[in-house]
Order: sequence, then structure tokens, then C-alpha cells
Amino acid sequence: MPSSNDWINNPLGVVEEMFVQSNSNPEWEAKVLEYFKGKLKEKQAYSWIPSLNDVPLHYLKPNSLVKFRCLVQDMFDPEFYMGVYETIDPSTKAKVLRFGKYKDVTECGVDLNSRNTVTAERQTFYCVPIPGETLWEAFLNHSHTYARSSQARVVPSTSYIPSRQKRSYEEDDEMDTQPQKQREPHTGGSPQLHANGDSKRQETEAPSGQTTSPSNASSPLDLNFPLPGERGPACLVKVYEDLDSFKLNDMLEVYGILSVNPLLSVLSSLLDPTESMETPEEQRAHDPPASLVPRLHMLHARPLQHNNPLLCMFIYVVSSFMVEMASVRAEFLAYLTHILLGDGLAAEYLLLHLISSVYARRDVLPLGKFTLNLSGCPPNSSFTESLHQVIQELVPCTYRLSMTLHNMNSLRLVPRKDYVANRLVSGALQLARNTSLVLDETRLEQGQLDASGVQNITALGNLISWQKVDYDFNYHQMEFPCNINVFVTSEGRSLLPSDCQVPLQPQVTPPNLEEYLSTVHKAQLTSQINKFRVYLSVAQTLDYSISDEVTKAVEDDFVDMRKDDPQSVSAEDLHRMLVVARLLSLSLGQTSLSREGWMRAKHIDMLRRTRSQPQTTVNGNEP
Amino acid sequence: MSSPTSTPGGRKRNRNDIPATRSIGSTSPPSQRRRGQDSSNADLPAMPTSPATDIASPTVHDTSLFSSPRRSVLPSEVDMSSPLMYGTPSSRVEGTPRSGARGTPARQRPDLGSVRKAPQVDLHSEPPSADGAVASEPSVGQKLVIWGTDVNVGTCKEKFQRFLQRFIDPTSNEDENAGLDLNEPLYMQKLEEISVVGEPVLNVNCGHVQSFDADLYRQLICYPQEVIPTFDMAVNELFFERFPDSILEHQIQVRPYNALKTRNMRSLNPEDIDQMITISGMVIRTSQLIPEMQEAFFQCQVCAFSTRVEVDRGRIAEPAVCRHCNTTHSLALIHNRSAFSDKQMIKVQESPDDMPAGQTPHTTVVYAHNDLVDKVQPGDRINITGIYRAVPMRENPRQSNVKSVYKTHIDAIHFRKTDEKRLHGLDEEADQKLFTEERVKTLKELAAKPDVYERLSSALAPSIYEHEDIKKGILLQLFGGTRKDFSQTGRGNFRAEVNILLCGDPGTSKSQLLQYVFNLVPRGQYTSGKGSSAVGLTAYVMKDPETKQLVLQTGALVLSDNGICCIDEFDKMSESTRSVLHEVMEQQTLSIAKAGIICQLNARTSVLAAANPVESQWNPKKTTIENIQLPHTLLSRFDLIFLMLDPQDEAYDRRLAHHLVSLYYQSEEQIEEELLDMAVLKDYIAYARTYINPRLNEEASQALIEAYVDMRKIGSGRGMVSAYPRQLESLIRLAEAHAKVRFSDKVETIDVEEAKRLHREALKQSATDPRTGFVDISILTTGMSATARKRKEEVAQALKKMIQSKGKTPAMKYQQLFDDLRGQSEAAITKDMFEEALRALADEDYLTVTGKTVRLL
Repeated sequence: MPSSNDWINNPLGVVEEMFVQSNSNPEWEAKVLEYFKGKLKEKQAYSWIPSLNDVPLHYLKPNSLVKFRCLVQDMFDPEFYMGVYETIDPSTKAKVLRFGKYKDVTECGVDLNSRNTVTAERQTFYCVPIPGETLWEAFLNHSHTYARSSQARVVPSTSYIPSRQKRSYEEDDEMDTQPQKQREPHTGGSPQLHANGDSKRQETEAPSGQTTSPSNASSPLDLNFPLPGERGPACLVKVYEDLDSFKLNDMLEVYGILSVNPLLSVLSSLLDPTESMETPEEQRAHDPPASLVPRLHMLHARPLQHNNPLLCMFIYVVSSFMVEMASVRAEFLAYLTHILLGDGLAAEYLLLHLISSVYARRDVLPLGKFTLNLSGCPPNSSFTESLHQVIQELVPCTYRLSMTLHNMNSLRLVPRKDYVANRLVSGALQLARNTSLVLDETRLEQGQLDASGVQNITALGNLISWQKVDYDFNYHQMEFPCNINVFVTSEGRSLLPSDCQVPLQPQVTPPNLEEYLSTVHKAQLTSQINKFRVYLSVAQTLDYSISDEVTKAVEDDFVDMRKDDPQSVSAEDLHRMLVVARLLSLSLGQTSLSREGWMRAKHIDMLRRTRSQPQTTVNGNEP
Repeated sequence: MSSPTSTPGGRKRNRNDIPATRSIGSTSPPSQRRRGQDSSNADLPAMPTSPATDIASPTVHDTSLFSSPRRSVLPSEVDMSSPLMYGTPSSRVEGTPRSGARGTPARQRPDLGSVRKAPQVDLHSEPPSADGAVASEPSVGQKLVIWGTDVNVGTCKEKFQRFLQRFIDPTSNEDENAGLDLNEPLYMQKLEEISVVGEPVLNVNCGHVQSFDADLYRQLICYPQEVIPTFDMAVNELFFERFPDSILEHQIQVRPYNALKTRNMRSLNPEDIDQMITISGMVIRTSQLIPEMQEAFFQCQVCAFSTRVEVDRGRIAEPAVCRHCNTTHSLALIHNRSAFSDKQMIKVQESPDDMPAGQTPHTTVVYAHNDLVDKVQPGDRINITGIYRAVPMRENPRQSNVKSVYKTHIDAIHFRKTDEKRLHGLDEEADQKLFTEERVKTLKELAAKPDVYERLSSALAPSIYEHEDIKKGILLQLFGGTRKDFSQTGRGNFRAEVNILLCGDPGTSKSQLLQYVFNLVPRGQYTSGKGSSAVGLTAYVMKDPETKQLVLQTGALVLSDNGICCIDEFDKMSESTRSVLHEVMEQQTLSIAKAGIICQLNARTSVLAAANPVESQWNPKKTTIENIQLPHTLLSRFDLIFLMLDPQDEAYDRRLAHHLVSLYYQSEEQIEEELLDMAVLKDYIAYARTYINPRLNEEASQALIEAYVDMRKIGSGRGMVSAYPRQLESLIRLAEAHAKVRFSDKVETIDVEEAKRLHREALKQSATDPRTGFVDISILTTGMSATARKRKEEVAQALKKMIQSKGKTPAMKYQQLFDDLRGQSEAAITKDMFEEALRALADEDYLTVTGKTVRLL
């Protein structure tokens, strides 16, 4: 497909052609967008375009069309650039009109005084790969796109094997601090290539401890990943259209023209430091070397509702999957029950938690959140870790925060604006929507929380109660709503608020917990796991309603419950039961609440309450 | 300018020397002249004719000449025609008698762009080719406009002088104009002020210019670089004509402000380049002072010939050849004799209120020059008026490609701090929230509705069910009372803010209500009693690590000045933290005495607090004080104390259930249809707070008096005091707030009625003595109900009697005494009561308690 792929290999050529044809009629811009949009609609287009997530930067051809699955981490100030300018040939004095859109650097001999110059505006977003993206996901994405994307690479090499290999299960003993830690592939192509790739990658690795203060951020380039230990390409995405439609923390799939022009670094270093308005820190943050942080000129962006590749790539069709929902649910529940040591109720709640999502907000109240606190987890064991590994295999994005005293005091959870470098320094709570955040409270020991520790705990509390994170802008705070599924594992009742607390009641007590869990885990076929993955994503995105009739029944029921025992049933409980009922229905693939669904919700809530009764101590605080 | 002293002879000579009126701004870098699409280089030397001359009409200027013959010197006095050239240094016009304007040195205005070359150079040398655009005919009679604009210097100057002489704004309420006679020409008074004070800066409100002469305003906005110097010229002429003897440091500079073109940093776009804009924002960083070279002084090492080179587009071109001795590369820069100006880079961030949700704030670079340097500090909220600039990446000789990005900044002309008043002044805030006319109309329509009060209260936190009275209370809190000043009578300020305490069972959405309020008001602060310290609430002194300067950091209470401070978990606050609230909640100030900084900050904040009962569940058998264990001194400072209890009644449950269920399935649109938009509510409150200041009318005062007397009467029958002056003040505040809700300038009887009702409701809930069922204000004011006090006394007496009846027993067993007393008394006596009685008797020195024995004394 040589000619048809020009738009991938040489998109600027296509733009140029349209620009020349347009005869400086400004309509060419719209035409370009139209053209690429149309091209991207083609069925296979998706897989033709190489992805920056999977293919290392040095394998990609500069100025080719690439895609990038990312999270908008920071939004820089808008900048004015020469949309159209004129160049003068030094020898012939011929003037030629050129376009500056989708480019970082102008052609030679710009006539700065030309009257044909058009100033236009664009904005730069600092984008990072979606934080906490699980490896199965990256792997799947990769395997589906990589094979077909070789034509855009510089070296038509077949010896490159993605180093983002799916991790085998046994290798994960010390993944505590670096869940995404990448492993050297044991088998691989030419060693030279790998050495090459790795040295590149080491530079782009985020400092794992996040202890780097802005002052020493100069030594290795801090790529500002939200989670410690993340790696991958960060990217400066230049956005030209619809600036207002993008929001911080949006998940996007950006299609754009890759620009790694080494001139960029040269040009910025040539600038007289006293002339420049920026501090050195600011320059580092805003103008990092293009070899480390490539520029991407956006042609088209697709906002992602979820980043489950199984659904993105139409491997599963939602409508046909709906039929299977109930049966998959049963299998899934059985699987979770095994994982949770035979505790069916906890498994049920975990399932509900995994499909929960904030679907609306009523003034300050987020609806649909379902924070689960699994208490009674065996302390000092790897149970919670193994649990997280299971979750990791199921959801597209997850992060486990071990709430050790040290972590709480030293980690930066809330993003903070660094005015010196003029950028938003990311924190672990800057996560994409529906990321599963596992808080491991079993790791918390007695001790002193310092000021930042208290702030971190407050931030977690706010996140759970209001699904918002107050970003620290030094002079003021700014509230960013989020949609993060928080799962707290604790020994006793968690010190954090939660929507629902379930004490774990193990039915089996295997002598070797780890071994038990890994056998359970291994027993699942990949196809089955895939089904579960699709199941979760589908259930999360379903619509839901309650009919008037059921509304009436629920109301009656509530009144009756209050009659029997006004002390034990409060508005709070009704809130929770309504969420449980919603999630239960959705988990079965039902999009409206039935009477049975309500009864079932009531039933499991009652079971849960009787279980947690002995544990509720006298505590004057709000739940 | 245009001093009458310039001789005709000089005029002629000048005309001969320099062929034409030189246009202003001709040396401005081409980049700065870029205007949107028309980015032509205005001053290319090669340009033979300026388009402006094409439209120039020869007649217009003539008329102006006749009307003011003085000005006839203008077109001929070549340099003079350039507005930047006003105030030529006196050295130039040797021998002529000095007028005031001549004697006062002009001051360069780097804020307006490039600085012109020294006039001497112009006179004695050929006009530099860079002077560029030239009016085609050097004839006096032609109307001349500045190249690339439609500004005629003469007309423009005349217009502005007319503006200064005639503009009257009788409705002005700007604080700067305090003390000025509003019926006299405003700016003439200001000039007078300048002559007295000697500060040669004239701030001009662009709004005034606009209302006076829209065309002039348009020119000012579009060509500030050209028009402002013209204004300068005009002002100085006028000033020195009127006050010929005044001595100023330098000539008066005009600083326009309040250009309405752009308010928001986000809406800046390429069209605004080189135009005058006003934006608001917050200073986040200021740089060190940067000395910027304006003019370089070079001296030849060989022949000591000296030459001056002016900065051009930010660069100094070092002369390669000495003009005197023709030696190449012999010139060296002499720093001491070069001219520098102060410059400071200021980073300004969009203010949080202007930002769309979910995006990060934008920042802009501002350059402040000369005396504007160090005028603002990080953290200040300011309005900046200035010229928006875009500079392309400089072409580098070694590099043929350039980055296609422009660097943008604003050259500041005027700063105006918006929060200055808030911290220091006591008068009404200058919170200039602008409402469009339609908005005001909708708000007024809403206010005219008879049920506006109910509408608004139900729009408040719609997701929280019922608690109508509490919502009404909070609504009144949001509006606040009228601020009164009694400082003349020594009483100080009367608190206008309403404080509310919510207490009740956990899980009754108190926190949610607080969150809602916090999100609703512009200057809300939300803290939790558990997490905040006294320091975090008030203010603390910090040493800046870099400058070693002590910095006062303000806490939540000061930050929420004129707003609402929401404090959750009020009961969990430490004793010392709570104690700072005493001052804030009544005097509305905060006194700081720390690390050598002693000051009093305003904290005119309403406190909305939520507290949980000590025993997790509200105990209806106990009083409010006993339930929440807060000192009564603090409680009495709350105007309204509400209990949020679970009502436990079937009808309520049903409504609650319905409300909650519908919350979960109604779509966003349905909800919005039913209720008032949060934005409307916000505006409504902001409007009422700014513009409505109700006062009591006669009837209302009578009603208030009656209400107070009634309240006093209720208790007096039982020997209890049921109201204190504080309650009367509360009533007044509530009534005023209610009047504000109605957009009424008068507090009427209905307002008092509602205030009374709400106050009674709150009291009923919080100050009812659980033992007697009566409302007893002393529960809140003294911490104990009158009946409880009486009973305590009774028990003590009974105990004393009992001990006396036992005869001479010097020591008794504690437990036995307790049992005896219980057996004797008909009412149940708890251990607490017994101990209290013992303590009372011990206070009387009747007995002492040591361990388990009780000894008589």
C-alpha cells in the first residue's frame, strides 16, 4: 500500500499539497482535518499507524503519523506561532509562502517583515502514558498494532521484540514500589538493539522515589509521571483545534505528526539566557530535548472512555456480549471467591466495586462511587499484594499504594504547581478515570504522621468522600473532580472513610497463602481472563434507570425498614443500598432495577451488616 | 510640548533639515507592529509612501491650526510632532526662556515600547533611515496621521485635553476619587492634586474616555503606543499652562487603566497583539530587578570619540567603525555612561474564578518598567493594563531556521491591586463583579417573585433533603446583614456576618451541606476541626528562605474574609484553636503578634460550623452544651444553632426515600429544569451582597423591640433570662439578610417576622431544656439551664441536711453516704449529681473529700 500510506509516512506532504492548492485561502486547515479524519475512519487505519506507546521512539520515522494513548498531565500556556509565513530565497530572492502549522521549526530564510505572515494560536499539552496501565493491556495493544506498523519505522527490523513483555506471574516478588518495573526480556533479538533500547529507556524512567525536589530536577530529566516507577515516552502534544474541549487528566488517543527535530534543542540552547523570560527550570520543563520528549502535532484526538483494548479493537462486540453477562458473572464470581479464600460475599462486593464508576454529580455529591473497605485481611502477609496482582490482571489501570508510614509522610499524592518551572508536578492521585486504586492499610504501623502525612491522608479522605482532588496551586487550591475506584484493604476498620466495609471471612485457610493464590490464578485460561476484562469494562459503561413502579416499592420498603428499626437504617444506608442495587443490576447486564434486584441488594447488604456488627465499635465519627 | 517659545526661525531651520514630519513609533520593532492579519511591517525603510497619507485630508489640519494657533509649530517642529519627543531636554533649545514643561525632564517610557534616540542626534545628523515612514509632503497644511494608524496627533491631543477639561462623572464611586468634587471636571482636580503632591502620574479610567469620546477610546485601545505619548504631551501642556511653577521629578505620564477590551487571560488571542488590554490575575512570581540598557555609550580607544547607540529591538549594535578616525573595532562600551532603565518580570496567573473547570490556569509574563517595578508581590491579585506584545524568536546568524513560536508578554502601564482593600481597609470592598444588564434583569425578575425566599432556599444544596429551616438559615448567612460602623461612638464595628452551628447525628449530611456552601461562595474556605491548628486558621509568620524576609501567611479565616469559613468537626478542634475564634466571631478581626509582626487583620467571615455529639448519637435527654461539649462562650457567638436530627417519622421517611431514589435515576437535565441554576444563585447572592444595603424602617424597629421584649418576658416568669442583647443583634442581622434576599433597601416587618421565626426555630431545637421542655437561653449563654442549677442546689442542701442529721460523725464512707442519699431522696440521684453536691459543699468549706472518705470540717 505505497501510495495510500503517504498520509501515514509523510503527512506533512499531504498538508503541503493542500496548502499549495488552497492558494492561501484559510480553508485549507479545515480541509486537512477533514482529510485525516476521513482516513482514520477507515476500518484498518487504526492498526496501520504505529503507536508511540509500544514502539520505541528511535524506531519511528520523524514527521510520520503516529498515535499515542495518553493522559493529559499538564496544560501549558497557549503560544502564538507563525501559521503562515514567507521565505525569501537568498539567491533568487523569490518569495514563497509556507505554513507553520504542525511544525516546530520554520524553513530557511523567513522574512520576518512579510505582510503575509499569519499569527495563529496553539496550545501544548504535556502528556504521559496512562498512569498505572497494566501490562496485559499494553501487551494486547501492542500485539495488535505492532505487527502491522513496521512500515513507518526507520529500520525495517524484525528482530525487535517489545521489551514491554507480559510479566510472568512468578517474577513479581519485589513489585511493591515499582509495580510497572520493566524486566529485561529473557529471550530477545539482537543484544545490541536491546542495549540501545534500554539506555534510551533508562533516561526516560521517572525517579522511583519521587524524592527529587524541583531544585535537583535538573540532573536527570524528571518526566513528571504521576506514579513512581513509571516509564514510557512523555510527549508534548501541540493542539490546534478545540482547545477548550480538552481537560486535565483526560485520556486521549492522539493522532499526530511526530516531530523530533534535533534543531529544537539546538535552537533553545542558542538563546541568550538573559534574554529569555524563562528560568532554566522552566526551559527544562517546557522545552526538553526532543529525543527524550518528542513533540506531537495533533491532527485528531479520540477521547477514551476506557482504555480496554479488547473493547477498543472490536474484538468483542458489546451487544453480543450482553447475552453472556450473567454467565460470565457467575464464572467471575467463582473466581473471585477462590481468590478471597472462599468468601462469597466479599467476592460479590469486590465484583460490584470493580464495576462501579461515578456516573453523575449532584451539586457536590458524586453518584455511583463505591469505595470498598475489605477489613480482616491477614496482616504481614502477601495477601493484599496477591490480591492486587489479580486486580492488575483484570482492569486496564491500577495502582497499589502501600500506606506505610514512610510512604504517607514522603510520597506526594496531590499534584502541586511548581511556579519556578511553571508546571504541574504530578502526584500519585493524578490518575485517569476508572483507575483502580488499591490502598493497602495493612502496612500502616504506629507512629507519627508529619504535616505532609496528614495532608496525604486528608487528600485520600477527600478522594473517597467527594471523588475530587484539590491540586495545590500554592496560593490557592483547585478542585479537580476525578473518578477513581478506591479499594482499601485493612486489618480492622479502615481509618479512611468508605462507602461500604466488608470483613473478610476466609472459608479456607491454606497453609501457604501465596502458593494457593498462584495456583488459583494459574488455573484461569487467558481466554477466560479476557472475558472477565471485557465484562468489567462493559458493565462499567452500561446505562441504568429505575422505573416509577420500582421507585415506589423502594420507598415503601425504606419506610417499613425505618418503622422496624429506625436506629439502624438511615439515609446513608439508603444511599448505599441504591448504589448496591444499581451495581448488582448492571453486573447482571440489566439496565433497569427490578424488584428482585432491589431485594437482592437488600439481602446482601443485610448479610454484610450482620457480619460487620461485632466489629462496629463506638466511634463518634461520621462513617 | 509645543511650547510657545520655539522661535519661527528654529522652525524654518528644522524644516529644512528634516524633510517631513516623522511618524511616531517608527522605530518600534516590526514584530511589535504586527496586528493580526495585517502584519505588514509598518516602518520598512523602503516604504516610499505611507498609506495613511492617502487618506489624509489637507483641510482638516488647517482648521485645527486656526482654532489653536499655538499648535501650528507642531507639524514643522519635526521632532515635536512625534509624541515621544515631548519634553525635549532644555539643552536643545538654548537661549529660550524655559517654561515649566521645558524645564522638567521627560522620562523614558519603556512600557510603551522602543525608546527614541536622543534628540540631539536627530538634530545634528541626517535623519536616520530607520525613521522610515514619512509623510509625503512636508506641508504644514496637511492632515498628518501616524503611519499605520488613523491617529492625528493634533486632533488626538486636542480631544484629550478637552476630555481632561470637561469630563465630569457625578456618579463616580471609585475610592481614588474620594475627596474630589464630583461636579467639577474630575481630571482637572487630579492635575491639581499632582501639583500639590508632586507625583507625576495621571491615572485615567478608560471607561471615562469611552463615555466621553468613543473614537478617542478606540484609538487609545488600538494604538496605545502612539496615543499614550500624545496624551502625555497633552497633559503636560495643560498642566504647565495651569501650574507653571510646579516642579515635578519628570513630566507627567498618563496611565490609562480599565480598558474593557479583554478581561480574561484566556481570551487573549493574536488579534490583541499591540493593543491595550486589561486583564486580571494573581501574581505568582516576580523576578529580580533587571537593569535594561536603553542607550549604550561607546568610546573609541584610539581617538576617544564617543558615540551613543540606542537599543533597537532589544539589541545594541556595536559600531564596527569609528566615525571619527575610521579605525575598525576600536569602540568599547562604557558601562558607567550608558543609560539603563529598571525592568522586572512578573508572572501572572489567571485568577481561579475565571477558569473553566478541569483546566489548568494560564500564566502570562508581564514586564514592569521604572517605577512600576516592585509594585506588586507574589500572591497579589491585580488588574493589569498594558500592551500585549508578541516577539518572534530572534533570527540567529548561525542558524537559518527559527522556531516558529512567538514569545508573548505584556508591557505593564498600570497595576491595580484588587485585594488591597480586603486586608486593610474597612470600607465596602471594591469587588467589581460585573453583571451584564440581562443578568441584572433576570436577577431582579427573580427577586420580584413573592416566593423568592423559598425558591432560593430550595435551590440550596438540592441533593440534601429537607431541613428547610437550616437551608433558610444558611441562605441568610450567605447574604449577611448590613455592615454598620459605630466606631465614632466607640462601639467599633457591628458584626454583619451571621454565624451558624449545625450539630447533630453523624450521617445527617452536615459535611455535604458544608461542602456545598464552600463551593458556592467565591471566598469560601473549608477546614476540618481535626486537621487544623490555630496557626492554620489565623495567620503565621514565615521566613522566606531566599530573601530572609518575614512573610505573613494568612490562614483559612483571613482568607475567607468577606466569605464563609466552613469548619467541619468543630467539636474535635483543640482548645487553643477554638480560642482564636472568639475574637473572629465577634470582633471580626484577628490580632497577630508574632516574630516582631504585630498587626490586626480583618476576618469578616461568617462561620458555618458542624459538630458531632460527644456520644456519637444525639442524646435528647441532654442539653446542647452537654451533647457537644463546647464552651458556652463560643456557642453564644453563633446566631443560629440548628440540630440536624433524624426525625424518625413515616411521612418524612417516605419523602426522603423518594428524594434519594429520584436523585439516583433522574437525568441531569430533569434536575436542572426543576431547580435554580447554581450559577444564578451565585450571581444573585453576589449582586445582593454588593448592591443591597437594607436599613431598618420604623415599623421594623418597633417589631424588633417587641420581639426582644417578648423574648425576655418568656423567661422572666420562671426566673430565667431567655434573651440577651446578643440575641437582639442576631435578630437584626437576620432581618437585614432577609431584606437582602428580597432585594429590598428597607427592612420591613415581614423580614423581622421571618427572622423571629427562624431564630425561634433554632432556639427551640438547641436551647430547650430537656428536663423542663422550656426554651432556656441560659443553656447557651451560661452552659447550664436555670432548672439544672436549681436542682444542683437542692441536692446539695439535701445532702447537707442528711449529714447534719447524722450528728457528730467526723468521717463517713463515700459509698454509704451516696446510698443513704439515694434512699432518702424521692427523685433519682445519679452519681454525677452526688459528686456535684459534694463539690458544692466542699466549696462551702463544709466538708472535704479524700479518697473514699468524707470528712466534715
